[in-house]
Amino acid sequence: MGRAKLPRKSTNIDMTAMCDVAFLLLSFFILATKFKPPEALSVVTPSSVSTKVAPSKDVVMVIIDKDGKVYLSVSDVNMSEKQDMINDLNTSKNLGLTEVEKNNFVKIPNAYIGAPFSQLKSYLNKTPEELQKVAKPGIPAVDSTNNEMVDWIRAAKAAFQGKKMSVLVKGDDASKYPSFQGVIIALKKNDEMKFQVVTSSVPVPAGTELYKVNEKLGTKAVE
Amino acid sequence: MAEMDTSGGGGHKKGPGVKKGKKLSTRVDLTPMVDLGFLLITFFIFTTTMSQPTAMRLFLPKDVKNPDEQNKVKNSAVITVMLAKQDKIYWYEGDSAATLKQTDFKKVRDILIDKKNRTDSKDFVVVIKPTIDATYKNTVNILDEMTIDNIHRYAMVDISPDEYKLITITEAANGIK
Repeated sequence: MGRAKLPRKSTNIDMTAMCDVAFLLLSFFILATKFKPPEALSVVTPSSVSTKVAPSKDVVMVIIDKDGKVYLSVSDVNMSEKQDMINDLNTSKNLGLTEVEKNNFVKIPNAYIGAPFSQLKSYLNKTPEELQKVAKPGIPAVDSTNNEMVDWIRAAKAAFQGKKMSVLVKGDDASKYPSFQGVIIALKKNDEMKFQVVTSSVPVPAGTELYKVNEKLGTKAVE
Repeated sequence: MAEMDTSGGGGHKKGPGVKKGKKLSTRVDLTPMVDLGFLLITFFIFTTTMSQPTAMRLFLPKDVKNPDEQNKVKNSAVITVMLAKQDKIYWYEGDSAATLKQTDFKKVRDILIDKKNRTDSKDFVVVIKPTIDATYKNTVNILDEMTIDNIHRYAMVDISPDEYKLITITEAANGIK
């Protein structure tokens, strides 16, 4: 029988090209990823329909943890402002901080203040690792009479003069309202009427008023 | 005796008695490498999109001491929502704080929309009064609710002691601790 012989083809495919593409994409994503710095304070933020991305420079962030303690941090790129702030408060509040103690706030990335002025010296003496272990008192900011947040915001405002400072409030889901109220009081006293609340984004629920408005505009942007 | 086979991969014929060196392919199986590559890509894709916190803007009104300068609102166009323990909301219309009604975050949308549709849009105001028992999450959620319901006029006001007392009484009656 004269049967045509089919040439046997190999099932192996050349994977080089695929591998190239895979690693090209991989290197892109590695470079594009900005890892969240390991946060010393773990805060679970509430969700909102806002889609505006939180700014990352010229930021004064007020953090409220789950126990309602209030902390303050300044974005790391604004090192000179941090320096101004701590110098300003050092003189006005007679804190008697040394250069090393000041640098613990200014130079260390993600440094945050979490102690009243009376304990600030010993607080800033500690390294971030030591701070992790001890209980932090937080900045007193519950009522209007003993609200040290007022002084901090004032110092920040003075340091950021001529720049567009954005105040961010990052609160934990479980924290109670009085801490937030204290922060609002501190901001109001400094005429800092605009601020932003850090949230995690959720889509707009279907069928709501905003949903209809967005559909009409053909956009999903919410400010 | 140990002998090295120095002959290249070219197919020349060896003399009889010479052992044939096994021809090794230079091809490497790239499948695991590609697998790993794509696994890492997926990982990085997910991490990039997830670490993007958003910000919700909030504008505070200026404190005005003088009552004459304060904004006046029509009683009939006001709805007051008070945030209390256990994610509960108490609300009333106008100034009749005694007619307090209880609701929660799921149903508050309907109440607000209902009130919004019944009142003149230029007068409609929502007054938000978080009690000391309300959580930060509740506060942000109700502010977000204003955005969702497209309500432009709302104010966050401190709760009065009378209203707080009323809420505590209601809570006690309902067995909420």
